[in-house]
Amino acid sequence: MGLFIAQLLTGLANAGALFMVASGLSLIFGVTRIVNFAHGSFYMLGAYVGYTLIQVLPGVVGFWGAILLAGLAVGLIGMLVEILVLRPVYRAPELFQLVATFGVILVIQDLALMTWGPEDLLGPRSPGLVGVVRIMGEPVPKYDIALLVITPFVALALWYLMTQTRVGVLVRAATQDREMVGALGVNQAWLFTGVFALGCGLAGLGGALQLPKGGADLMMDFNILTAVFVVVVIGGMGSLPGAYLAAVIISVLNVFGVTYIPQSTLVLMFIVMVLVLMIRPYGLFGREEVAGEHGQVGEPERPIKPAGLQVRLLVAAGVAALAALPLYGSGFMQVLTTDILIFCLFAASLHFLLGLGGLVSFGHAAYFGGGAYVAGLLVKHAGTPMELAFILAPLGAGLGAFIIGWVCLRLTGVYFAMLTLAFAQLLWSLVFQWGEFTGGDDGILGLWPAKWLSGTTPYFYFTLVFSVGGVLFLRHVAHSPFGYALRAARDSERQAEATGINTRRVRMLAFSFAGFMAGLAGGLFVFSKGSIFPNELEITRSFDALIVVFLGGVKTLSGGIVGAAFFKGVEDVLTRFEYWRLAMGLLIIGVVILAPDGIVGTLRKWAERLGVLKRAEDES
Amino acid sequence: MLELSAVNSFYGKAHVLNDLSFTVARGQVVALLGRNGAGKTTTMKSIMQLVQPRSGKVTFQGQDITGMPTHKVAKLGLGYVPEERRIFTDLTVAENLEVGRQPPRDGTYAWTTDMLFDLFPNLAERRGNRGKALSGGEQQMLTIARTLMGNPSLVLLDEPSEGIAPVIVEQMVNVIKTLKADGLTVLLSEQNLHFARAVADMAVIIEGGTQKFNGTLEELNAHPEIRDAYLSI
Ligand SMILES: Nc1ncnc2c1ncn2[C@@H]1O[C@H](COP(=O)(O)OP(=O)(O)O)[C@@H](O)[C@H]1O
Ligand SMILES: [Mg+2]
Repeated sequence: MGLFIAQLLTGLANAGALFMVASGLSLIFGVTRIVNFAHGSFYMLGAYVGYTLIQVLPGVVGFWGAILLAGLAVGLIGMLVEILVLRPVYRAPELFQLVATFGVILVIQDLALMTWGPEDLLGPRSPGLVGVVRIMGEPVPKYDIALLVITPFVALALWYLMTQTRVGVLVRAATQDREMVGALGVNQAWLFTGVFALGCGLAGLGGALQLPKGGADLMMDFNILTAVFVVVVIGGMGSLPGAYLAAVIISVLNVFGVTYIPQSTLVLMFIVMVLVLMIRPYGLFGREEVAGEHGQVGEPERPIKPAGLQVRLLVAAGVAALAALPLYGSGFMQVLTTDILIFCLFAASLHFLLGLGGLVSFGHAAYFGGGAYVAGLLVKHAGTPMELAFILAPLGAGLGAFIIGWVCLRLTGVYFAMLTLAFAQLLWSLVFQWGEFTGGDDGILGLWPAKWLSGTTPYFYFTLVFSVGGVLFLRHVAHSPFGYALRAARDSERQAEATGINTRRVRMLAFSFAGFMAGLAGGLFVFSKGSIFPNELEITRSFDALIVVFLGGVKTLSGGIVGAAFFKGVEDVLTRFEYWRLAMGLLIIGVVILAPDGIVGTLRKWAERLGVLKRAEDES
Repeated sequence: MLELSAVNSFYGKAHVLNDLSFTVARGQVVALLGRNGAGKTTTMKSIMQLVQPRSGKVTFQGQDITGMPTHKVAKLGLGYVPEERRIFTDLTVAENLEVGRQPPRDGTYAWTTDMLFDLFPNLAERRGNRGKALSGGEQQMLTIARTLMGNPSLVLLDEPSEGIAPVIVEQMVNVIKTLKADGLTVLLSEQNLHFARAVADMAVIIEGGTQKFNGTLEELNAHPEIRDAYLSI
């Protein structure tokens, strides 16, 4: 009984930071409709800034003052980010801002590395709260008790702000209809900035508050991100009580999980999330998200059309140039090109889902890494020949996508996106924690291609055939009746249903197909590297694909491929430098701001303006 | 007080307002009339700069407001009551009013919540209720009250009588007369003459985004053929 209560208290204490970060994310999303991927980074900054301030400010007052100041400072940094990075891109297509926030993650990572160095910082003790108190004989850290008390006050303060002040009323009004709020004389720009700063400040406060428990390190940003997303989704996007309740549920479950079923800790929260969403698709306290409800505008989509002769010739020339690469390129060039080709196929598969289906998956790495693991595990455990394992990779990934899609496609919009992310994380946790079977963190080694494919050049050709073939096949499907049905479902579910399209079935098929193609890329990948590690299933891998698709251009068929090729190439150059993340982050932010239609879309607009390309209008 | 000169507005490639020009003088109630799809809502949105005119000019109290951000337009004293009402359904009646609150400007009426609750007694009883619990008529009252909280000197009312019960329409007529007596200028849109006849001094008729008539209500009454050609019955 004592142990039970002690654990309950620890769980509740852990819920504090999680709640603060999650409520900030939720607030920001509610008003600006931006899924702030950089939210974990503000949490991390809070910890680092708090750490430095605590070194400077002495005593009890200094400690708590430092924590408050850290929250404030991070809020100010958030304000800067909003003004400099997000303001210029609010008018860009929905979700494009998300890519900008990813750029912010990279920039903050390197800035933190420059300022505080690579070593993990040990959390300072809280003066006066060192040691434990005994509750029914069980030790509970004093600082946990303090957190337990503080969190409800923060929650209460937030509640007061949101319900009892004019600012809170405006924020809630803007969450529902920001255009109308503007028409009533409220400057939305400052409302956005204010909410963003508040959200970031909360994350910073959370980061600083957990210092005595966890210290500060450079992995904090991603480590908390998944849990935060899960909390926000379980609680319901935009709901503060929901965020609180969900943070408590997850944290308490986690503490008990660690004690009783240690292998399950990472998996546990996803299971809870899936269960909650099956019963309440918009979270415990969430409201249904209605597309277009928030006064979003966008240019009408251009119709896509099969490539003209000119383009076909260009593509053929490009493929020919690639095929001749071994004649003029070094071994290194071939390896790099192999990498790029594989990534292009992976990105193209996501682009198919996102661009044509309007289905934003945050967890597409599940099928890339999943395919790779299917092949790897078959070779390792069943001695399957490489050729067969390679064929089974996409099939396995496609099957996985079918099952996951079946669950996720009950939801739409950001809930769908979050749920796909959750499944990807679930898969990652499974692989990571089930070490006996999957090799865990050590991965699986010795997965080389069959004899006739060994060597750089043969495998390069192998990859070329399947990547180019895969991409062409994706294009072909895009122009098939199935592709049209998919786009019809994206543009208007009701109209599509009225013309006899079973939208759910079409989307299921599209999701499975995109998973299949990602699995193909995964199969190519695993045998090109000879090994596979859990990081191929990580969020970052999913985000890589998302970023290149957005930056390449969602609305252009070639966007995914161009984006992938461009960024893999740039990455290869940049990673030779120490602070490559900073450069990459700035590059991403730059592209987002300067080329809001993506690289391909923007190039096309320029070309049209210069008269090189005919305008779409003239043709229709 | 409000002047549109040769305003052209578009949705993408669709040309919706065609060289629209008319003025609204201080203290007047002007009815903007036209059938469904004529461009009335677009005219209102072009005034608020929710739709930015591609050419032409909108001036309010002598100031060119074309291209100005919407919130600044509102701050100058233009109140907008949209056709779809767009009340904040998750907020209470009192909170909805709070969103609309702006400090009074020189020469405008300074509304308080209590004055508005006098004007709209139904809302007073429901001040603690959420927007989504209100009836259609109550929602319409709330949108008007919310806009008045901004102490506007000119109010744009987009189809105020649409979809509400006759009793409430009657109440609405009285409200507009009261507002007019208090010196408020009103531009309201309607598809037919019933409501306009009761409150308006002037009428502007548009069809397909082009102006077809501009004159007093008496002039319009003297030409029933115009009414028959461009308005619903
Ligand atoms: N958001 C929009 N996008 C494209 N066309 C629109 C949009 N809103 C209105 N229209 C078109 O503009 C024309 C005028 O519409 P509107 O101003 O709403 O007319 P009214 O208010 O007089 O009924 C109509 O033909 C309508 O179909
Ligand atoms: Mg209308």
